[in-house]
Parts: sequence; C-alpha cells; structure tokens
Amino acid sequence: MVESPLIRFLLRIATGLVLLFIYTPLVILGVYAFNDSRLMGWPPTGFTLHWFGEAAANSAIHEALVNSLIAASTATLIALLLGTLAALAIQRYDFFGKNSVSFLFVLPIALPGVVTGIALQSTFKLFGIGLGLPTIIVAHATFCVVVAYNNVVARLRRLPRSPEEASADLGATPWMTFRRITLPGMRTALLSGGLLAFALSFDEVIVTLFAAGAGTKTIPVWIFSAMQRPNELPVVNVVALVLVLVSIIPVWIAQRISGGEATRITR
Amino acid sequence: MSILGGPRDISRDGTAKRVARWFGTRPGAQLRLLLSGPLGWIGLVYVGSLLVLLLHAFWVKDAFTGKVEPFNWTLRAFEQLLSNPVYATIAVRTIGIALAVTVVDILLALPIAYYMARVASPRKRAALLIAVTMPLWASYLVKVYAWRTMLQGNGFLTWILGPLGISAPGLGEISNTWIVLSYLWLPYMILPIYAGIERIPNSLLEASADLGGRAGMTFRRVILPLLIPSLAAGSIFTFSLSLGDYIVPDLVSDAKFIGNVIYDNSALGNFPVAAAFSVVPILVMVGYLAAARRLGAFDSL
Repeated sequence: MVESPLIRFLLRIATGLVLLFIYTPLVILGVYAFNDSRLMGWPPTGFTLHWFGEAAANSAIHEALVNSLIAASTATLIALLLGTLAALAIQRYDFFGKNSVSFLFVLPIALPGVVTGIALQSTFKLFGIGLGLPTIIVAHATFCVVVAYNNVVARLRRLPRSPEEASADLGATPWMTFRRITLPGMRTALLSGGLLAFALSFDEVIVTLFAAGAGTKTIPVWIFSAMQRPNELPVVNVVALVLVLVSIIPVWIAQRISGGEATRITR
Repeated sequence: MSILGGPRDISRDGTAKRVARWFGTRPGAQLRLLLSGPLGWIGLVYVGSLLVLLLHAFWVKDAFTGKVEPFNWTLRAFEQLLSNPVYATIAVRTIGIALAVTVVDILLALPIAYYMARVASPRKRAALLIAVTMPLWASYLVKVYAWRTMLQGNGFLTWILGPLGISAPGLGEISNTWIVLSYLWLPYMILPIYAGIERIPNSLLEASADLGGRAGMTFRRVILPLLIPSLAAGSIFTFSLSLGDYIVPDLVSDAKFIGNVIYDNSALGNFPVAAAFSVVPILVMVGYLAAARRLGAFDSL
C-alpha cells in the first residue's frame, strides 16, 4: 500500500459523502410516495398507501406504459439487428473508410440529444410524416444502434478468431460459422446490449418530446407533463418510486450474466 | 459424410446453400450485405435528417402562412440570432455551465474512483461499482424530479440546512442547473476514471514514493498525467449531455439554455431559427470530440 492511513481515511470519508450525494434524492423520493398530503413540503405529514391505488387505476399511465413497452422493445430489436451487422462488418472485415464508418455509428450519442431531436422532427415535418409512436420508434432505434454496436464490437474484439477459421477450413459457409460459432460467443453481449438499449429507450425524454407530437405519451413524457400539474404530484411520486425500484432488475441481470462486466460504461 | 462418400454432388443443393456458397467466396459481397442495413439506417435517418436540419437554417418561416418555405435561400435565421445579444449570452451560459459541470464531476469522481480502484477490498469494490452504476439505470426524469422537490423553498434542503441558517434557493436559480446536471452525469465520470486508475501499475506509485514523492506530488506528477485519457473520455459525456439538456434548466431554474431556445422555436414551428442555433452545439461538440480524440479519450471509452 502506497497510501498513508490518513489519506485512506480521507478517501473513505469522501467516498461516503459522494454516495450520500448520489442516493439522498432517490431516498427522499421513496419517502414522498407514502406521503398522505397532496403538498410537497418536507417533512411529510403522514403515511398512506392511497396513491399506489390511484396510480394503478390511472388510465393515462396504462396507456403511456403500453406505448413505452412497444417503443422500447421494437427499438431494441431494430438496434440489435443493425448493431450486430455493423459490428460484424467493422470487426471482421477490412475496407476503405472503416474509421469514418465506425465514427458514424457513434455519432448519435456524441451529439447532444436536442440536436438529434430537432433534426428528426424537422425532417418528419418536411416530408409530412405525422408524429406518433412510429416516429418515436425510429428516433429511439437510431441512438440504440450505438449501444448494441458498442457491446457487440467489444465482444468480437475479445473472441478468439481461431474457432471461426477452423470452421471455415472444415468447409462451413460464413452463415453456418456465424450461427454455430460467432453467435453463441456473443450471446451475453447481445443480452446486455439489448438490456441497455431497452432501458435507454424506456427512459428517454429529450429526443422523445421532439418525436412524439401532441397525442402520444410514453412514461417519461407522461411524468414530464404530470409533474407540472400540482394535483398529479402524489401519483407522480408513486410512479417515480416504482421506476427507481424497477431499475434494480437490469443491474441484477447484468451482474448475473457477466459477473460485473456489463456494468462497464457503454452508453 | 463426404469423407466416405467421395466428392459430394453439389448440384443437388437447395437455393439457400447455393446463396451461402456464393457469398462464402466473396468477402466484398458479404461486407456489402452486412453494412447496407446499418449504414442505410444511420445514413438516411440520422445523417439525412442532420442535413435537412442544416438546410432549414438557410430557409425562413413565412410570417403570414406560418409555414417554412423550403428552398428559399436566405441568411435571415442567422441574422436574427446575431442581432439579438440574448442568444450569445445563452450560448456562453450553456457552454460555461457544461464546463463547470465537468469540473465538479471530475472533483467528485476522483476520490471515490481512487478509493474503489486502490483502497477498497474486492468485495467492497464490487458493491461500490454496483452502487455507482445503479443510478444510471434509474430514470433521468425521476432524478430531476427528485431534485425539484428537494430544491423548492419548503423542501428537504431547507429543512436539513435550516438550522445552519441556510435555506434552499427555490426553483429559480441558475446554480440549480449546475448542481442537478453534475448529479445526473457523475457516474459517467466515475466509471472511466476508476478504470483508468485501476490500469496504473502499483510499481509506478511505489517508485514515486521511493524517490521521495509525497502523496500530492505522486498524484500531480504520476497519476494525473496517466488519467488524462480517462478524464477526457468521461468529460465527453458530462459536457455533451449538459450542452444539449433543456429539461433540467426548464424544471429547476428560470434560465434559458441552448436546448430551450431550440425546443421553444421548434414548438412554434420556427425550424429555421432552431436549426441555425443548433449549429452552435454541433460545432462545439465536433471541436470537443476532436480535442478529446487527441487526448486519447476514444481508447478509454
């Protein structure tokens, strides 16, 4: 150990403070979900489960949830398909302009979301395409491709080439080699990439507000509009708590499939 | 099978096998097949709409019909932005906050990342990694909402800091956006710095100590220079995500950011002005990415 006891003590304190900073807002939110007052003052005035029932019976939330699930699953499927194809091309072939192409696939997350949003919206409007669930899916798939691509590329880089070469030497077609050798090797990468893409799409609001138009609401779009209406706040609190709790599931799955490797930063 | 049966009669194979064999000997065709889908999507949908956006910047919204007239070339949108100093103020404010957020996140991330990488036991390290990653999966909007409830005048911050004579700033201050954006993007900074510190060989730090380098000296002369690519990688996220955010400024402050101008104009159907102003974040990000690339950020992502 190079670090002196004093420095290790200070680092421990700083780590504790940062964790406190990260988790305090989430805990506060959890407490508000059980607050019996409609007002958002602190401290809460009493305990109730009433708002959970209201949230469960709210048809606007049901509709938004269905929209979110459709958008996220469709966008994830498109992203996995396109991202895998792109990753195979970049990682298994050499061609002119390869660097520019790989840069192109990362561009949608490097540029600010508001630019992606306004670009897509102005294009939809110019071509007379009505905004709704299909345009949300197109927008989400566009930035989810990056996530799938990043995960698969990272995996392909580490997969040894020799089994693929052996397969080809034994007379297998590229398709068979892919199906029997490459695909099993990148299965967990597809799973974690898909998980990340799904979560990203489910949570997205910056681009979604541009692509959604007036009629279609996803869960984040519903939260955004409801949080500006004071009498809806108790229900927003419940939805917020549920979303925070649900977000533990993908972390748990990611941890299971790869022993912590999927916690890598890949967005 | 063919080992015993001699040469196989390939003329009886089905279409699928023939297609597969045809591709098998032509890597160029394979590549085109693989790339056409993803490149078509990103090229048409994404790059295509970026080009449409840039074209809009040179068109103008008709004052009477309220519609954008395509292919009437003019610089009116840019003139409108340049003639009013408020747009320059907003651009400077946004870039300034994005930089300030990046600095705060580096300062907050360094100690916890260092602790995770070099001091914590393996068990603790795994737990901390999960603890740092978990908020990334929690809804962005929910976290902004949580801060909104904490920052309001009668909220949690006033309650806990009140005894010290400090009250929450309310929901108007521009400093709120600084705090909330730093909060949101902090994990994106912790993770690459953690990975960067973990890669530094212990022997380098021991050598520095043996040569009489104190902790501060070792940090400045050994650790920090080796962390530059990680810092640059993390800062791409903190900077870019702050630069384009319009929800946080809208929900926790009265201040307008670049994103708000773009969003508000698009809501009015004024795409030319929105498009002209989005040239600012695009140019800033292209410059930032180029600089980050030179610092080695792309090898640390």
